[in-house]
Amino acid sequence: MFYIYCPYCEEHREEEEFHASGEAHIPRPSDPDNCTDAEWGEYLFFRTNPRGLHHELWVHGIGCRKFFNITRDTVSYEIKETYKIGAKPQFTHAEEKV
Amino acid sequence: MFDVNKSMQTVQMNLIPNDVSVRAETPLHHVDLATIATQGAQDRNIKIQELALLDHLVLRGHADNAALTTGIQSVMGVSLPINLQSVEKEGQVIRWISPDEWLITTPHGTGFALEQQLRNAISTHCAVVNVSGGQTVITVEGAGTEEMLRKCTPYDIHISNMPVGKVVTSLFGKAQAVIRRTGEQQFEVVIRRSFSDYCWLWLQDSCREFGFTVKL
Repeated sequence: MFYIYCPYCEEHREEEEFHASGEAHIPRPSDPDNCTDAEWGEYLFFRTNPRGLHHELWVHGIGCRKFFNITRDTVSYEIKETYKIGAKPQFTHAEEKV
Repeated sequence: MFDVNKSMQTVQMNLIPNDVSVRAETPLHHVDLATIATQGAQDRNIKIQELALLDHLVLRGHADNAALTTGIQSVMGVSLPINLQSVEKEGQVIRWISPDEWLITTPHGTGFALEQQLRNAISTHCAVVNVSGGQTVITVEGAGTEEMLRKCTPYDIHISNMPVGKVVTSLFGKAQAVIRRTGEQQFEVVIRRSFSDYCWLWLQDSCREFGFTVKL
């Protein structure tokens, strides 16, 4: 259907080889024993649903089997960039902290 | 103090029994390639061969770790291949699978010795695991092979994109396979045991318009 650039294989690969794994950059509460139920619930269950730029976790499941991130436009479905785990995205909202 | 090398040596066990009374069956055992090889015309364009019962080792470690690369070099006489590349020497092949994973195949019966040599030679954090029972290797060659394989994988296997020696893990039908180009019209596919029947049927079907012969 279309190609996605795998930052680990370092080439464009068929979309069929990839799988989306939800929102990226969700920090685990640093002290789970002492965080509130609301904070823990927020971490476990609540996800943003932005119109526009969205950072997502994807996996090259039929390939190198590495997880990586994609910045995608949820309106146009355009993939702005793909980057390795641990790297910072280049495309962000002004108010976003990643 | 816990000695990593010592503990690795003490747990080494040959997962492939030398006992000849234990019958080894390849994942394509049920297909009975020996019988198929005798049937039909023997001059078909596409030649299929199973490299049965090779020993498969998965090597994991950090590619930027010098102790790993020099260890491999000293044991196998080749350097670890970089992204999407493979190296071959004296029947041993190393395929790049992911940035920290390689698949090594070696002739039947030599896997355990190689595994021991690698563990003893690599002084750093790494893993060498024998996965021989889980997969098998099929080679496909002859005129029309590239055209035939285009029906099997969405990956662009044209020689400009996939020169000899390049290896990719991609789809084979709907299953996963490690596809390597070994010649202009020569490929090698590593398939999983659980998908072997499916891959065989898919391959057979893809070859229908070209005709194929099974080599033993």
